Amino acid sequence: MPNDSLKRVDFIFDKDYNCKEVLYDAFKLTRDEIVEEIIKSGLRGRGGAGFYTGVKWKYAKEEQADEKVVICNADEGEPGTFKDRAILEEVPTKVLAGMALCAKVIGAKKGFIYLRGEYNYLKPKLEQEINKFTDILRSELNFDFTINIFSGAGAYVCGEETALLNSMEGLRGEPRNKPPYPTHFGLLGKPTVVNNVETLVYAVMVFKIGAENFKNIGIQGSSGSKLFSVSGDTPKSGIYELEFGMKVSDFVNEFGDGDAKAVQVGGASGFCVPRKSFDKTTIGYQGKLKGNSLPTGGSMMIFNSSRSMYNVLHNYLEFFVEESCGQCVPCRIGTSEYLENLLALSETMRLTSKCGLGQSVGNSFSSIVENFKEEMIY
Amino acid sequence: MAEVNELVKSLSQKHGKERGSLLPILQGITEIEKSLSAEIMIEVARELNISTAEVYGTASFYSFLDTEPRGEFIIRVCKTISCDMKGKRQIVKTLEDLLKIKVGETTHNKKFTLLETNCLGWCHKAPAMLINDEVYTDLDDNKVKKIIRKYRSK
Ligand SMILES: Cc1cc2nc3c(=O)[nH]c(=O)nc-3n(C[C@H](O)[C@H](O)[C@H](O)COP(=O)(O)O)c2cc1C
Ligand code: SF4
Ligand code: FES
Repeated sequence: MPNDSLKRVDFIFDKDYNCKEVLYDAFKLTRDEIVEEIIKSGLRGRGGAGFYTGVKWKYAKEEQADEKVVICNADEGEPGTFKDRAILEEVPTKVLAGMALCAKVIGAKKGFIYLRGEYNYLKPKLEQEINKFTDILRSELNFDFTINIFSGAGAYVCGEETALLNSMEGLRGEPRNKPPYPTHFGLLGKPTVVNNVETLVYAVMVFKIGAENFKNIGIQGSSGSKLFSVSGDTPKSGIYELEFGMKVSDFVNEFGDGDAKAVQVGGASGFCVPRKSFDKTTIGYQGKLKGNSLPTGGSMMIFNSSRSMYNVLHNYLEFFVEESCGQCVPCRIGTSEYLENLLALSETMRLTSKCGLGQSVGNSFSSIVENFKEEMIY
Repeated sequence: MAEVNELVKSLSQKHGKERGSLLPILQGITEIEKSLSAEIMIEVARELNISTAEVYGTASFYSFLDTEPRGEFIIRVCKTISCDMKGKRQIVKTLEDLLKIKVGETTHNKKFTLLETNCLGWCHKAPAMLINDEVYTDLDDNKVKKIIRKYRSK
């Protein structure tokens, strides 16, 4: 079957790539020119929320401060996501180069990788790569930039950028109210850019292939490609880099086991797409897409008809009950009430929760309950 | 007690005495002691000049900073959806049978603690588990038995 919308590409893991040279050329530009190039590329954050990376860097660049900070968010805790680990394992230098590029733009001397505790085993090798890379930066590119690893300690919510900052400050990993945003008031009050691992790699790629070329990959409003972590009922589980704009139906044809009844896009905090909507749903950020489009951190879980969607939902809700930080009453109480089956609550929680955890619990809940009502009666 | 003092001192020398050093210090203690005793949290509070309640309040937030006694090898089986679909329950049962403990418990000889945890980032190779920092994936009964045998003889 022809697969129109499924375009496999290989940018992220392409090893034939000299980061030093890409940086060397990029560093010939002014800071303004670099940030304009990123803005022009249309690159958006790959951590889930899809904020424009260039705009974020620009905000931080315009802040007046003695010290600024770059943080690579490697907390990767969304169920069904495992691509950041693979990037750090296979092409760490690209991530470090992305951090250096951001540091150059905003004027930071310090960078951190917030690495989830579950990935501690990566630390020794990553530290070696960091030392090698920062030496090259200093000696060959005349750029002083230190990078340290900060280990997480087992808390999904610390992937939320302000919770991450609190955690690095030695506090409970509870999200802060926003504004102020980290670009203005971040780590210990310093202007801070927090970017996902994958975003940083694509920032380097923009300079490797040029903003115009980058923009031509994918679809309008969602340029470039994206790593997808594929798991569940599939004979081909793994990590795949695909262009934005693919239809869920094409995805299922390629990766399903022939019996897919639902795809959960974006992990426990994402949305469930039932079979009848496979054709109508496109993967990309909300924008000029026809039909429904879903933003995503790249988690794609396939469920076949042998699965009880009630069990799936129950598993997600248990996850949220454990991982809610408990600051907001609706999220703290609501996540456990959900387990008691209260659809009406989802709207209240979406509106009144401080961070994306509480706001998104209702996503899975409503989309699963609405589409698989008959399986919910137990 | 003297040992505890020394450990806390050496970690605060390495990481500093600012509040931001709290997590690295608690992680350093956990690496050696496997869990945080009341004594040691009091010592950390004194060293960083913050209240013990602050230390406990922070530690208790994080699932990898245990305040209950743990064994030398902490087994954390992923219980999130992909692993659940690929037979995590059987893996837990095998481990419970082998170690003769339930989830949440520690063996009498303080060698193993069995816990469950959320998604480990290995869903494509489910079911998965951690033993301390080591990852084990694509688990089945035989594999689990072999792994435990290896750790028993450590
Ligand atoms: C509950 C919660 C968990 C999150 N976990 C992660 C994570 O593990 N990794 C990540 O990059 N972003 C995560 N985010 C998004 C971050 O807050 C932030 O938007 C992101 O790191 C920004 O980087 P980007 O613009 O490059 O995507 C999470 C958000 C929420 C609300
Ligand atoms: S929404 Fe939930 S996880 Fe987020 S800050 Fe509120 S209580 Fe914490
Ligand atoms: S669900 Fe078990 S590793 Fe992701």
